[in-house]
Amino acid sequence: MKEYFLFFNNYKKALILSPLLVIIDVICEIVQPELMSKIVDDGIGKKDMTYILYTGGLMVFLSLIAIAGNVGNTYYAAHISVGFAAELRKGMFNKIQQFSFSNIDKLSSASLVTRLTNDVNILQEVIMMSLKLMIRAPLMLLFAVVIAVRINAALTFIIAVAIPLLSIIIYIILRFGLPYFEKVQQKLDQVNVVIQENLLNIRVVKSFVREDFEKKKFAISNEALRAVSIKASGIVILIMPVMQLVMGLSIVAIIWFGGNKIMAGSFKVGQLMSFITYMTQILMSLMMLSMTIMMLARAGASSERILEVLNTESDITDTPETINDNLIIKKGKVQFENVFFKYHSDSSEYVLRNINLTVMPGETIAIIGATGAAKSTLVQLIPRLYDVSKGRVLVDDVDVRDYTLQNLRSQIRLVMQQNELFSGTIKQNLKWGNPSASDEDIIAAAKDSQAHDFIMSFPYQYNSVLGQMGVNISGGQKQRLCIARAILNKPAILILDDSTSAVDTATEKKIWESFKAHLSGTTIFIIAQRISSIQSASRIILLDDGAIIGIGTHNELIKSSTVYQDIYNSQQIKIAVL
Amino acid sequence: MISETKNTNKKLSPVGLPGRHGSISTEKPKNAKQVIVRLWDYLKQQKSLLILVFVLLAINTGSSLGASYLLRPIINNYIIPHNIPGLIHMILLLASIYIIGGIASVFQNRLMIKVAQQTVAVIRTDLFSKLQTLPLKFFDNNSRGDLMSRFTNDVDNVSEALNTSILQLFTSAATLLGVFILMVYISPMLTLVTLVIVPIMLWTASTIIKKSKGYFTSQQVSLGAVNGYVEEMITGQKVVKVFCYEASAEAEFETINDDLRDKATKAQLYSGIMMPVIQNLNTLNFALTATLGGLLAIFKGLDLGGLAAFLQYSKQFGRPVTEISNQYNSMQSALAGAERIFQIMDQTPERADPVDAVALVHVNGNVVFKDVTFAYDADKVILKNISLNVKAGQKIAFVGTTGAGKTTIMNLLPRFYDIQSGLITIDGTDIKQMQRSNLRHSMAIVLQDTHLFTGTVIENIRYGRLEATDEEVVTASTLAGAHSFIKRMPKGYQTILENDGGNLSQGQRQLLNISRATVAKPSILILDEATSSIDTRTEEIIQKGIDQLMQGRTSFVIAHRLSTVRNADEILVMEHGEIIERGNHETLLALKGRYFELYTGQFN
Repeated sequence: MKEYFLFFNNYKKALILSPLLVIIDVICEIVQPELMSKIVDDGIGKKDMTYILYTGGLMVFLSLIAIAGNVGNTYYAAHISVGFAAELRKGMFNKIQQFSFSNIDKLSSASLVTRLTNDVNILQEVIMMSLKLMIRAPLMLLFAVVIAVRINAALTFIIAVAIPLLSIIIYIILRFGLPYFEKVQQKLDQVNVVIQENLLNIRVVKSFVREDFEKKKFAISNEALRAVSIKASGIVILIMPVMQLVMGLSIVAIIWFGGNKIMAGSFKVGQLMSFITYMTQILMSLMMLSMTIMMLARAGASSERILEVLNTESDITDTPETINDNLIIKKGKVQFENVFFKYHSDSSEYVLRNINLTVMPGETIAIIGATGAAKSTLVQLIPRLYDVSKGRVLVDDVDVRDYTLQNLRSQIRLVMQQNELFSGTIKQNLKWGNPSASDEDIIAAAKDSQAHDFIMSFPYQYNSVLGQMGVNISGGQKQRLCIARAILNKPAILILDDSTSAVDTATEKKIWESFKAHLSGTTIFIIAQRISSIQSASRIILLDDGAIIGIGTHNELIKSSTVYQDIYNSQQIKIAVL
Repeated sequence: MISETKNTNKKLSPVGLPGRHGSISTEKPKNAKQVIVRLWDYLKQQKSLLILVFVLLAINTGSSLGASYLLRPIINNYIIPHNIPGLIHMILLLASIYIIGGIASVFQNRLMIKVAQQTVAVIRTDLFSKLQTLPLKFFDNNSRGDLMSRFTNDVDNVSEALNTSILQLFTSAATLLGVFILMVYISPMLTLVTLVIVPIMLWTASTIIKKSKGYFTSQQVSLGAVNGYVEEMITGQKVVKVFCYEASAEAEFETINDDLRDKATKAQLYSGIMMPVIQNLNTLNFALTATLGGLLAIFKGLDLGGLAAFLQYSKQFGRPVTEISNQYNSMQSALAGAERIFQIMDQTPERADPVDAVALVHVNGNVVFKDVTFAYDADKVILKNISLNVKAGQKIAFVGTTGAGKTTIMNLLPRFYDIQSGLITIDGTDIKQMQRSNLRHSMAIVLQDTHLFTGTVIENIRYGRLEATDEEVVTASTLAGAHSFIKRMPKGYQTILENDGGNLSQGQRQLLNISRATVAKPSILILDEATSSIDTRTEEIIQKGIDQLMQGRTSFVIAHRLSTVRNADEILVMEHGEIIERGNHETLLALKGRYFELYTGQFN
């Protein structure tokens, strides 16, 4: 919990003022019935008009102060809760910026988004509620009890019975009711899964004529949801009537015992009236308190998810002992030395085994192999998206862990299989590759990646907005934009991970030609399914199940490797027909 | 003919800002009256329960008002004159009124929940059933997120309103009315105080609501911006890392986050302030009433019991006022939600089969396209004059660049979309004259984007033919090349897939989808980029299985990889919605046209 203190730092003053104002508000409100009873017993009883006006004036004055206190408290509560949420969001967002790939894999993007949005909002609401009620309700309760005791100690036993009675009943109801709400949530999730999958698979549903099947599936989960909802709400809804009943019976008791005392002369009508009012106040405060506690309990789950983010430490960071700020990549030589890698330290098998490889500056290396051969994993070790488990990866003869991440990654550009563009203009997106790039640089990069022509066909050209509200681009166009973004700063090392799969062959060929002309100094790694995409490589690496089983040119491999022959032949039949 | 694809099922009007329970939302239904009438259609299915609820509500409200009023005779007639037997009598009466009220309240609330949940369940079912009848065009034009939000947020808002708002609204209104009448009855003079304060309360409430609505809208816009940014950056976090964009992202986020903080503070302040201020105004009301009441007791002879009851009422006055303004807001968002739900229910379903529609007992798979022209939107023709003549048992392949119209052709065959002009027949029967279910049962389609259902592997495959035996499923998955990896899963065919088959690779999911199509034993098989993520060696195995399965049946294949289409009986090269070349592999190569270019480009 102490992780949260940090995010309240800017709101220390408000954190003190807010409860102070609540106390003022509570005091001003809680004495009202007491003053009222004075009006009845002393003012009316003695027919003292000045006393009534004086006391009444005091009541009005106090209620105006109460308004001020209340407004002030809400003002600070809003500032604190919203401010806390903003600071927390920022803290989490910045934390996530430091996460490594494996951190992200573990927590999953979708779940991170929920934590940053929904969970933070829930905490904000809870804090707002707490600031308004957590002090107010117990204080009201306390003051009301004190004053009631002072009015007539002999009647306090009614309070002493009513408070525990109501508390126990509320506790029992919540104890039985709340678990049902978890079930409601589960059933609701199930209903949502059916709907979501139905929408996702609508073509499958229609083509197999499974509409009725789906309706039956839905009916089952919907009925389960209905049944458990009725049960859950049916239990918890009992709180209100029970409260009503306890309150009513307490009033009955007060009237009976108080009435008797009045007849005996030890109690006054005005006191009876104010005692009833305090009783009401006490039980209402008790309700408020239990509601707040319930909300806090519900927010516990959100808080846990948030703390998990805050307490996750990135496993890839600059290491202060070895790091050298001045070290930058100039040539682009890449070496793998006895590299072993596994994603989880506790898994028994390595994903990459004993990789040894030296790639000279300016070389183009192709990596092929079946799905699951760990091709992507291999190249992601170069920019330290993951750290090796054993062995070393060297760039320009220096261990990648000795560069700052900034210096390392800015010279190694990776175009991933699943790539993202961001909302904004095409130009803004391309500038990710090099924020200081001039328009000429951008156009040159777009031309090299064969993106310039289609960009110019959009109405706003480089200023066209991408994303939901903007232009639609095809998969192949997206890949070309991603390549343009990656080559904008003419990196020392460029990695293309299956990133031309949606680009047609002719265009792909042109991209390679311009790379030859304009990126001659860049070391290029390329992962591809199509043999045609990789034939221009100076060497081809054949990866199988995490190990290199062949290195060489196309002509060498076609002679030496049966696996390579298989792959080649499966794509290359009857070319002789030509 | 053209009238068939008239502009129904277009994009639904945008979803308003989802109202959160308890907060002041900004949305309003466009036609509240009509929505209420339609909601009533659902509610009145439980008219008798509903009537009972309102009877109980009347008893409950009446007993709580009556109990407060009893304070007057108790003080005036029994306590002050020292009448103990009478007091006992009154005490018992008071206790029984509270008990009756409590019991009424229990049943009133429980019955209402039953009514509400029943109604919501029916609405959900109707909505889901309706979705099943809608044409694909509807799903093309409306995002899943939007439709899901109608199922979740909107139904939720309706459910919330039915569960609590209706009761609260009526209880509060009845209480206000009852309290007011009793106040006037006890002392018209003293009621004047309330008559002055209540307009102030209402004015304050409406001013605050008006102000906070504006702030809420701008908060919602900022919140949308922050959520959008978070979603985008977190989903693209790996790209952020690769491009060292962390610092810029932090700076950008700080700007919009600060903006949200400022807007949200105002919104929270104004929405948070209403309840306490009204409550405080009520305290003021109490203070003024006590003062004036005291004076009236001295000068106008107001009885003490009357004053006690009156003060009790004036204490009760604040709650219904806040309650009404709160519930009014959640009613608004519920009605807006209901309106969006009804929007879907009003969509035009897939055209019903004509009365004389035929059901072919056995489909051989002779498929003919004759001068088919098709457009999704009337102004943009996608397919022009497509003619095809496919004999049962042939394998037809489509090649061409993205957007050439290959997938569109295949969408016409199961009548996912209806053509504007031309004719499509299967075994000589116009597909528009066939029963839609009969038509679709005769074919199986495997799509490129593969999604799976939550359930076991075997259930997922059996989706293709529900009555398939376990053996048939195994045979199908063996033919489709999926058997070996399924066997290696922890529980084989009984392994439960969740989260859209989360742990499976794209290639494995494609194999499961092909198995599903295989088990259906279709007369016509359509593979739309169905093997794009499967490596070429595995693909050869699948191809053999499919060829065996499709012996004597018709198959259509769309593929990027030309190795997939080489052995087709006829290859159709498409460009800009037209077939520009046709023939088998050898003749097309000899033609040295577009196919030759594609092919040699690929294999150079």
